[in-house]
Amino acid sequence: MSMNAPANLTAVLLVVAVTVGIGGYGLRSRSTSDFYVASRTVSPLRNAAAVSGEYVSAASYLGIAGLLATYGSTMLWYGIGYTAGYLVLLVLVAAPLRRSGAYTVSDFAEARLGSMAVRRTATVFVVLIGLLYQVPQLLGAGLALQAALGAPAWSGTVLVTAVVLVSVITGGMRSVTLVQSVQYWLKLTALAVPALVLLLVWRGVWHPAGSPPPVAPAHPAAGHSGGQELYGVYSLMVATFLGTMGLPHVTARFYTNPDGRAARRTTVGVLGLLGVFYLLPEVYGGLGRLYAPGPAAGNRVDTEVLLLPGRLVPGGTGQLLTALVVAGAFAAFLSTCSGLALSVAAVLSQDLFGGDVRGFRRAAAPAVLVPCGIALLLSGSGMSVAHEVGLIFSVAASTFCPLLVLGIWWRRLTAAGAVAGMLVGGGLSAAALTLTLLGAGGPGWAGALLAEPAAWSVPAAFLTMVGVSLLTPGRVPAAASVMLARLHLPEALAAGTAGRSAAGGDRSSPDPVRSSRNGHR
Amino acid sequence: MGDPSRRVSVTHPRTRAARPGRRDTAVRDIHEQTPLGEVYMKALMRTQLRLGLLVCAAVFLPLAALPLLLGRVPVPHWARPWGAGLPWLVLGLPVYALLVVAGACYVRRAERNERDFDEHVRRS
Repeated sequence: MSMNAPANLTAVLLVVAVTVGIGGYGLRSRSTSDFYVASRTVSPLRNAAAVSGEYVSAASYLGIAGLLATYGSTMLWYGIGYTAGYLVLLVLVAAPLRRSGAYTVSDFAEARLGSMAVRRTATVFVVLIGLLYQVPQLLGAGLALQAALGAPAWSGTVLVTAVVLVSVITGGMRSVTLVQSVQYWLKLTALAVPALVLLLVWRGVWHPAGSPPPVAPAHPAAGHSGGQELYGVYSLMVATFLGTMGLPHVTARFYTNPDGRAARRTTVGVLGLLGVFYLLPEVYGGLGRLYAPGPAAGNRVDTEVLLLPGRLVPGGTGQLLTALVVAGAFAAFLSTCSGLALSVAAVLSQDLFGGDVRGFRRAAAPAVLVPCGIALLLSGSGMSVAHEVGLIFSVAASTFCPLLVLGIWWRRLTAAGAVAGMLVGGGLSAAALTLTLLGAGGPGWAGALLAEPAAWSVPAAFLTMVGVSLLTPGRVPAAASVMLARLHLPEALAAGTAGRSAAGGDRSSPDPVRSSRNGHR
Repeated sequence: MGDPSRRVSVTHPRTRAARPGRRDTAVRDIHEQTPLGEVYMKALMRTQLRLGLLVCAAVFLPLAALPLLLGRVPVPHWARPWGAGLPWLVLGLPVYALLVVAGACYVRRAERNERDFDEHVRRS
């Protein structure tokens, strides 16, 4: 590996330079209003690439292939789940969420239910999910730098943290749409080109010198027995199908759509782009089983993608392909982490630090440094990045999915019900996540239930939310009908009538929340 | 005299356009949350929710059946191109294509629902 280090280091530094560079370019060239105007004229395809670019994280880029190579085809459900979440988002949430004008789930909750208690509860979970979601990215960065350069694991974590901190604090993330959409194509290319070469080598079209022959794949390492494995797959489906809509950086991105119609079109674009992307981990995972037989131990699960090109194509070409894959991996860490840090800092600054520019910068430090600290503590745990991310999807599915779905479609939701439901679902899933991270699971059913909590924590959250709302019928917000009309009315009807102001207006027009956020862009 | 084809309706030529004061009343009903406006909104929401749930059912019921089926169905050797097992073939391109097609169908249908609602409301 050390022979390859200069090429890989160059690739990493290049990605860092491009990320900071485009961000800095956006900083100089655009005014505040320009940013919002520009983001409103972004075509659905560009916006879809930005959503996908931010969404494809270390878990997708490194994690799925590693799990496939180790545990076999069952792990294909990770990629399907990460994509199918957007179909649920599309049919139940996308257009109404955009029409609500909310920038975060907290904004949505407050506007829909008119309660600060709901807002604060939602904020706690936005911050929790945003912080936790960064941890696997930073762990992945450590592993990647270790595998690619032989550097100690903490150095990758610290490098990504530093770059994200600089870009968020300087406000360089203002041109975020451009950076993220570029990074989607970068990640796709960085995986697709080596994948094509590897497929050629596998099919015998090209024989590089020193390439090893494929061997019969070993029997996949069984994590759990049949029934437990099946439970795990179904619980993973619940978590990923329903959790996507609750991720803070996804919600924030929907705000950049001009209207509900564009939000729907963007989501279909995301489905297409993610579908193309998730075919690639399948190639790496499948070939990994043929060329690296036997279950990988510990951290090696996540470095499969980085090591495979060098193993199949020894020599200079292999080094070049490896450098390409390493570059894509760093694009994944940086884009997801910046998106998350940005949404966490925005929420924190709004609710804790006064919401002005200085407050935003003060909030950015904990938003980035706390995950870094957790990542450094956990760096020896050896849990797969994709599995950790799956756990965080469970928390999102158990808190924000009921809030959004019931908030959008059910008139009788009350603030008390929403708070109770989020606390029950979030509490249960967060407890399961903590216990699993501490290694309290074990091999039996208890371990399986804790490792994939969504199948029981999401129904518990829904039932609590509906039950408590029905018990507090007097607290259905008076403005519920107004709000629902705003969420569901087509734009053509919502605009151009005198009743518009009665319906509350668009949140993107001057209001304290938005104007304060405009200030620091 | 009973021949229906010879019946002529006698109305003012601009009946539909010229109803001053009544134009867009339904739109105003919706914005002002009158009982009639609520009925309109409930109808729209019910249509859209039914469509959303229908799409979910059409996609996720077959998907949910896959983990149960894939382990059980024996695959003959000739049906395994390049030695890939059935899950590797099914849980790839076909599923992603299904998701995109379902999404595109949903968008077409949801937009048509909104157009219909728009026309209906403006006409009444």
